[in-house]
Amino acid sequence: MLLNQFLFLSAILFCIGVYGVIARKNAVLVLMSIELILNSVNINLLAFAMRNGNADGHTFALYVIAVAAAEVGVGLAMVLLMYRNRRSIALDELSEMRG
Amino acid sequence: MVVAASETTEVVLESGWFLENAWLIPVVPAVAFVLIIFFGKRMPRKGAEFGIASMVGALVLSAMAGMQWIGRVNAVSEYTHVPPVVRTWTWWQNGGVHFGIGQHVDGLSVVVLLVVAFISTLVQIYSVEYLHGDRRYTHFFGALTLFSAGMLNMVVAENMIQLILGWEIMGLCSFLLIGHWWEDSANSRAALKAFFTTRTGDVGLLAGTSLLFFAANDWTQKTLGVSGFSIRGLSAWALSGEGSTTAITVGAIALFIACIGKSGQFPLHTWLPDAMAGPTPVSSLLHSSTMVVAGVFLVARLYPVFFEGMDIYGSGLNLIVLIGGVTIIIAAALAFVQDDIKKVLAYSTVSQLGYMMMGLGAGAWLPAVFHIFTHAFFKACLFLGAGSISHSASHHSFDMKKDMGGLRKHMPVTFATWVVSTLALMGVFPFSGFFSKDEIIDNVGHAGYTAFMWVGLTGAFMTAAYMTRATYLTFFGEPRGAAAGVHHGDHHGDHHGDAGHGPRESGPLITIPLVILATLAIGSGLLNAVPFGHSWENFKKWVEPRAEVVSATGIASVVGGPGESRLAAGGEEGKEGKHSSPCGSEKPEGGVCPAPYVKHAEFKWSKAAVSLVLVFAGMIASWFLCVQLYGRRAGPLVGLTSRNGAARAGHRFLVNKYYLDHVYENVIVRTLAGPVARAAYWFNQRVIDAAVNGVGTTAKRIAGWVYKNIDQRLVDGAVNASGAGAQGAGRALQPVQSGKVSQYGALLFGAAAVGGLVLVIINT
Amino acid sequence: MQVLSDNNWILTVGTFLPLVGVLLMLFVPKAEEATSKAIGIATAAATLVVGVLTLVLFDYGKAGEMQFVANVEWIPVIKSTYYVGLDGISLPLYLLSMAITLLVMIYSWDHVPSPGNPKAFFILMLVLQTGMAGSFVARDLVLFFVFFELVLLPMYFMIGVWGGEQRQYASLKFFLYTMFGSALMLVSFLALFFKTGAESFAIPYLVENGGAIAKNTQIWIFAGMFIGFAVKVPMFPFHTWLPDAHTQAPTQGSVILAAILLKLGTYGFVRIAIPVLPDAAREWAPWIGLLAVIGIIYGAFGCLAQTDMKRLIAFSSVAHMGFVMLGISTLTEFGVNAAIFGMVAHGLITGMLFFVAGSVKERYHTLEIKRLSGMLTQMPRLGWILGFCAMASLGLPGLAGFWGEFPAILSAYQPAEGLPAETFRTYMVVAAIGTVFAAAYLLWLYQRTAFGEPTAEFSGHGDGTPDDHHDLHDVGVYEWIAWTPLLVSILVFGVYPQLMFKVLDPAVGVTMRVFNGG
Repeated sequence: MLLNQFLFLSAILFCIGVYGVIARKNAVLVLMSIELILNSVNINLLAFAMRNGNADGHTFALYVIAVAAAEVGVGLAMVLLMYRNRRSIALDELSEMRG
Repeated sequence: MVVAASETTEVVLESGWFLENAWLIPVVPAVAFVLIIFFGKRMPRKGAEFGIASMVGALVLSAMAGMQWIGRVNAVSEYTHVPPVVRTWTWWQNGGVHFGIGQHVDGLSVVVLLVVAFISTLVQIYSVEYLHGDRRYTHFFGALTLFSAGMLNMVVAENMIQLILGWEIMGLCSFLLIGHWWEDSANSRAALKAFFTTRTGDVGLLAGTSLLFFAANDWTQKTLGVSGFSIRGLSAWALSGEGSTTAITVGAIALFIACIGKSGQFPLHTWLPDAMAGPTPVSSLLHSSTMVVAGVFLVARLYPVFFEGMDIYGSGLNLIVLIGGVTIIIAAALAFVQDDIKKVLAYSTVSQLGYMMMGLGAGAWLPAVFHIFTHAFFKACLFLGAGSISHSASHHSFDMKKDMGGLRKHMPVTFATWVVSTLALMGVFPFSGFFSKDEIIDNVGHAGYTAFMWVGLTGAFMTAAYMTRATYLTFFGEPRGAAAGVHHGDHHGDHHGDAGHGPRESGPLITIPLVILATLAIGSGLLNAVPFGHSWENFKKWVEPRAEVVSATGIASVVGGPGESRLAAGGEEGKEGKHSSPCGSEKPEGGVCPAPYVKHAEFKWSKAAVSLVLVFAGMIASWFLCVQLYGRRAGPLVGLTSRNGAARAGHRFLVNKYYLDHVYENVIVRTLAGPVARAAYWFNQRVIDAAVNGVGTTAKRIAGWVYKNIDQRLVDGAVNASGAGAQGAGRALQPVQSGKVSQYGALLFGAAAVGGLVLVIINT
Repeated sequence: MQVLSDNNWILTVGTFLPLVGVLLMLFVPKAEEATSKAIGIATAAATLVVGVLTLVLFDYGKAGEMQFVANVEWIPVIKSTYYVGLDGISLPLYLLSMAITLLVMIYSWDHVPSPGNPKAFFILMLVLQTGMAGSFVARDLVLFFVFFELVLLPMYFMIGVWGGEQRQYASLKFFLYTMFGSALMLVSFLALFFKTGAESFAIPYLVENGGAIAKNTQIWIFAGMFIGFAVKVPMFPFHTWLPDAHTQAPTQGSVILAAILLKLGTYGFVRIAIPVLPDAAREWAPWIGLLAVIGIIYGAFGCLAQTDMKRLIAFSSVAHMGFVMLGISTLTEFGVNAAIFGMVAHGLITGMLFFVAGSVKERYHTLEIKRLSGMLTQMPRLGWILGFCAMASLGLPGLAGFWGEFPAILSAYQPAEGLPAETFRTYMVVAAIGTVFAAAYLLWLYQRTAFGEPTAEFSGHGDGTPDDHHDLHDVGVYEWIAWTPLLVSILVFGVYPQLMFKVLDPAVGVTMRVFNGG
């Protein structure tokens, strides 16, 4: 069964994604990392769907893709606004939200 | 127009277009009011033409209705009940019951309609000249016309709600007109006082109407098929002997409180003299001849309720007689110390209204209503005369001592009309006041209220005395101040352009109304000249409702369309000879009573002579006093008040109006508007509000109040405690919220990893 | 209960049409203010057209029954349905909300409060409109709750962003206070749901089955709803948010707040709390009546102590809603009819008073009664309109206010069977005395602001001197357009109240049916 390989790939992608989200300063890269995470999840879902032989996982994956598309749209819009206002998209310079 | 008989008709009554459409009478001025407000300023005469035209229209309609009413009454025998012409339309509904608006026209309505329309017409004509050039000329006519609409509506009202509508519109117009020159804060304060005082009395009107409605509604719906607001329903119910005595009594007292306020009876009379701040035509129309009789009218209109509720004839004393009697004396005494001619007249009005009330309270229904009728003419004439003096002779001053005196030579017409009206007011034979006032006094005595007959006679003496004083000060003696041509600060100069003349007669628009009114002050008494025999008692025949048992359907079916005035036979047998009726004294059998049976005193010259002698005594005594006090420089009576302590105290007591105003304004109003309102607000801000705002500060501030506010504090404490808890937790976690997205991410994944671990551990 | 489902699309359209307008406005750039405003007003006007159509299609012979009923599945998990309908009680309020929103928007054409941004302002008003209209037609408790809460947020922002100096404080207070009430109300709704067998949230179902709940339980459920609605009304002692919210809110906010939002509370009593829990209502009625008359007198004293015109008007709302609650607390058809008439009348009159206060503020930049004087000389039309509204507000017969006030007082003489009549008669007398106080504070306000000569600081008007107050212009075009319908309605309903009673009475008869049997 190829399940292990899929899961392994997914785990690697997930870790890269997490690393990207935590360590990168560039907002666009962070967004891309989030995409990686989401897609790693998708691979997981598909893998299990194949194994279980039903369509639940596929449906869910499709749903995740749709949400991810929306999320990227909003995220990029925010980055764009950020750039317009600050001439920079470095995330560590953004700390207005500090409580 | 004679209407075809229907199956229950036993007596066919005449009716007519004007009677059936009497509801149009208030509608005409109401429409005129709208026209004045929207188009008045663009008209050549600034809206006055609408007002006068509408009043003439209302007068014509009233007169025609009056003629048809007389025809209706004359068509039947003297003791047959003449049903009112009633029409209703649905006005509102509630709880499935429909309440109407419409008309209830009978002798009383017709008389008052005529008086109001007539006086209003004359006053509006007079105002054209009197207020010429005033900066709010159009508004003035608007308010005056709306007032007439309100009063006429009250007079034709079919039910209590409609009556209240008219009643309150009058109050509003009174407010607007008294405060007409509102730039001066004294005027606007007087307006406020008038509205506020009558409004205080209106609590009684609202409460009394509610009470009577619920007490009577079941009976009236069942027996007559009309609501417990309707005037004929309430009347029949009160006389049916089936209503609760307590309800009738309390209802009558509550309504009477409203009448006290509106008709300036003691102890709520204080607003009326202050209301003289308004322009003189307003004083003449509203505060002497029409609006202030609204209270008297209400008592006369719902007479069965008051008759039963106050137990008239039942004892030697009741609330109405008492208030009326006290008012006569109290107000007449005050009239002696006034320097302002309008205030003399105002107190005189209060006193005369006391006569009417006393008459009604003693069962002298007809003389009291007749007094409304005659009083309207001579009092309006006196006021307009005072206005004429101030307009043309005294530079808008009303101060008799400073600015008048000796005016009879300059103003012959004003003087002549004034004297005629004064004699009528005093009740000198054969002027109109004699026929009404003397009848009141006579009938009060006849009904067993002997003490109040003497009150009435004393009042007649005092009336003669203070009117002589006013006449002397105004028209006799040496001219003083403005009357002598002296100019002084003229604070109303902005609305007149004729300062600088000496005293002279006023123009025809002023004198013609005066002459007409004076003529009526002589002649109107002859309508019910009791001394000349039974055939002269026309007013009684036309106006007094006949106390007769009629079938319930007879009253109820009157509601129908035009001309369906039907009557069922009930007490036909008592037609001839000495008439007697069970109405008012016992439970009517086989039907209902529309009105109580009232007694009439037989006229005797010997009794009239007593009052005439007293009147002449008052005139003569007062004349000599005046000559002593004001005519000569040094007499034994001059300066009496400064030499004699008792006289001084009495004088000061009167000048201060028995300190009633002091009590009302400084004690009651100031307490409510000042400390009490502030205390309530303080309570609001410091207790309720603070309790919400912060539990910490509140705890300190209202520590002493805790037990009273446990509820507040429990609820609020919980709210604030949860708030505080959340705040504390938030502060503890604050450093975590660095604002750095990557840190958040790390936290998120860390937490997720921990969560994942936990899951793994649990599941293995 | 009989239902009429003809034309059942109309309520949904009428309720959600404003949201379509919101959607359109989102695409308009912020800078194009006129376009935003125009779209907003057009939407509100279209909504009102739908409302008028509803009025035309309404079957007046069956005003007591639910009409235009739509009932479709919504959240099956909790057995909540999308259930809307309209009867004679809802109809006037539903229309009032539409009319007021449109008028407020027209007024806003040249009166956008600082800090501007009409686009957001108009969007909020449209959202508000959906919430208000929805609350009046919802026949399902969950749906009602959603609409009821939907109203809260836009109003919070309206006060918080466009308000006066203490807007933050006032808006937060308003929000928390109402949320607190709503939370208890929600708990009550849930309790009701489970106690009636967890079958349905539909009001007709609950009305049928609510009476079967044990009396003690009813009393507690009623308590929760009571607080939720009483905060909204607001009844003494839950009223303290009102003066602050009103004083700080922009004119438009005050008008909507006074005209519609307060009615959600009283409407809740009439529609939900009382018919669903009749036994509890009987137990609570004397206390509600007591709080109502305290509110009448207390509100009047509050008014007498004010120095700020707008705050005075706000406090007068406490007194007037006291009359409304007194009518409701009698549990008679008579009283409830009066109360609903009073709600509409108060909406028209107090809404109008707030409009006037807003215009006064705009011209004089102050609402302090002491500094305002002689308004009639400087702006006669505005002065007379203020006078007209003051007269209407104090319950002058012939104007709308009377028909809410007098029948409410009247009804207190004879409350429903089982209630202590003597207590209510005492309330009646106190309430009648309250009318005197109403006259006192309103006329006192009027005498001091409108009569007399203008104070020195504002009297430079008209003589062409350099310090001429240019702001002191009389009523403007947009003000006339926005105000005339209100003024005319006040007069028309006052002169011929049957127009509204005709619609109300049958519906109230059906709603209060349970109390008629005794």
